[in-house]
Amino acid sequence: MAKPKLALYWAASCGGCEIAVVDIEEHLLEVAEFFDIVFWPCVMDFKYADIEAMEDTSIDITLFNGGIRTSENEHLAKLLRAKSKVLVAFGSCAQEGCIPGLANAYDKKGIYEFVYGTSPSVEEQSKYTFPVTCTEMPEGEIDIPEFRETLQPLDKVVDVDYYVPGCPPQSNQILIVLQTVMAIISEGKELPPRGTILGAGEKTCCDECPRERKEKKIKEFFRPHEIIPREDECLLDQGILCMGPATRSGCGALCVQANVPCRGCYGAPVHVRDQGAKMISALASVLEAETPEETRQIISKISDPLGSFYRFSLAASTFCRVQLSGNGRNE
Amino acid sequence: MNEIMQKEKQAETKTFEPRIVAFMCNWCSYSGADLAGVSRMKSSPNIRIIRAMCSGRVDPSFVLRAFELGADGVMIAGCHYGDCHYIEGNFKTMRRVELMKLMLQQFGIDKRRLRLEWISASEAEKYAQVSFEFTEQVRELGPLNLRFN
Ligand code: SF4
Ligand code: SF4
Ligand code: FES
Repeated sequence: MAKPKLALYWAASCGGCEIAVVDIEEHLLEVAEFFDIVFWPCVMDFKYADIEAMEDTSIDITLFNGGIRTSENEHLAKLLRAKSKVLVAFGSCAQEGCIPGLANAYDKKGIYEFVYGTSPSVEEQSKYTFPVTCTEMPEGEIDIPEFRETLQPLDKVVDVDYYVPGCPPQSNQILIVLQTVMAIISEGKELPPRGTILGAGEKTCCDECPRERKEKKIKEFFRPHEIIPREDECLLDQGILCMGPATRSGCGALCVQANVPCRGCYGAPVHVRDQGAKMISALASVLEAETPEETRQIISKISDPLGSFYRFSLAASTFCRVQLSGNGRNE
Repeated sequence: MNEIMQKEKQAETKTFEPRIVAFMCNWCSYSGADLAGVSRMKSSPNIRIIRAMCSGRVDPSFVLRAFELGADGVMIAGCHYGDCHYIEGNFKTMRRVELMKLMLQQFGIDKRRLRLEWISASEAEKYAQVSFEFTEQVRELGPLNLRFN
């Protein structure tokens, strides 16, 4: 029997998801043994044309990491969707936009002006030289992909079958996912229902956290560098903004065990659509404030609430992006 | 294309009637609004009321969802401090609203589009007055045409 076909692709991502896959170490050999890897640009030399030439749904499973930032990302998402039986949004970027999604606080113009204009790393003579999608050359036209106004998670562009959260997904979880998939295929079992989140838990990061929780009463927030947190006590209790209560379990509460607050990379917990809204709800229950003034006083020490509550999920949040047109009438 | 959209928007602004969603708690504010109706007081027709058991039941995601689905303004109304049927649901609401306002501003949405009011079951007049005040406030801010991509 021919081996099942596996594809891995990266769109707008940092490459960490690729490393996380390689981090399953010698088990990678089992994967390579079981699957025929038909596409994995980060690791092996394939051309897009190889995929275009394949029949529809001829790839058994595609692990797609990265969000949709450019026309190329979108083209590949659509192509791989058509060629794959199962398409997995792999990692936070594909699932919810992740760090690249924070660029949704700006638009294309704002991003270009900074990156190619005012950023300190731009050389004087090339300041404000913007990329153009199509250039005439003596040999003919050359194209580069078009940069979009807004970064979108994979499922805003194509149908997605499953999600594997995490920035990056933890390797032990990746291994479980891959082994489960291999078992399902070889035993001819039924796949989990569409939309299932694989490689994560059903609770929140707090449920996996070994720190001791008391009844929370926050009077003041501190940034991590401003205090030395006690090692066995809940960080949020100590006034450090920890996204644990608004984050899906699955990583084993890694960061909090290293004395660093959870930033929320496993995304919104079960039945929660908007991670930031969930965090607001959680915080509102634990602030020691009886009046709006007291509340404002305490929360004024949260630096960048939007970037903190939606560090990984801005692009998948209710609003998807910051409104720049001014019709929100901000002053 | 842009021009057409611009024109449409202008037309809409001319006849702009704000769409406002008001979440009102069962025990005080909803009864207050009800009393306004029963007493045949005039109140703003722009307000669509959703009854919740307590203002503390109004999850921040409900507010975001209302904006997402086209509300130009959202109001949350509950019992006065000390009167909440569930003791301190309204304190929680107040803290949520402060946090939401902070975040809405960052999202580029004017925080005056979200309003918190304490209205008791007997304050029909207050409801009527607030309903007009808020409608005019949102009318002045104009339509909220959220852009998602
Ligand atoms: S808030 Fe953070 S530190 Fe506290 S229990 Fe939850 S994950 Fe642990
Ligand atoms: S603790 Fe939070 S930020 Fe750290 S790996 Fe886990 S989910 Fe991600
Ligand atoms: S019951 Fe009215 S605010 Fe809680």
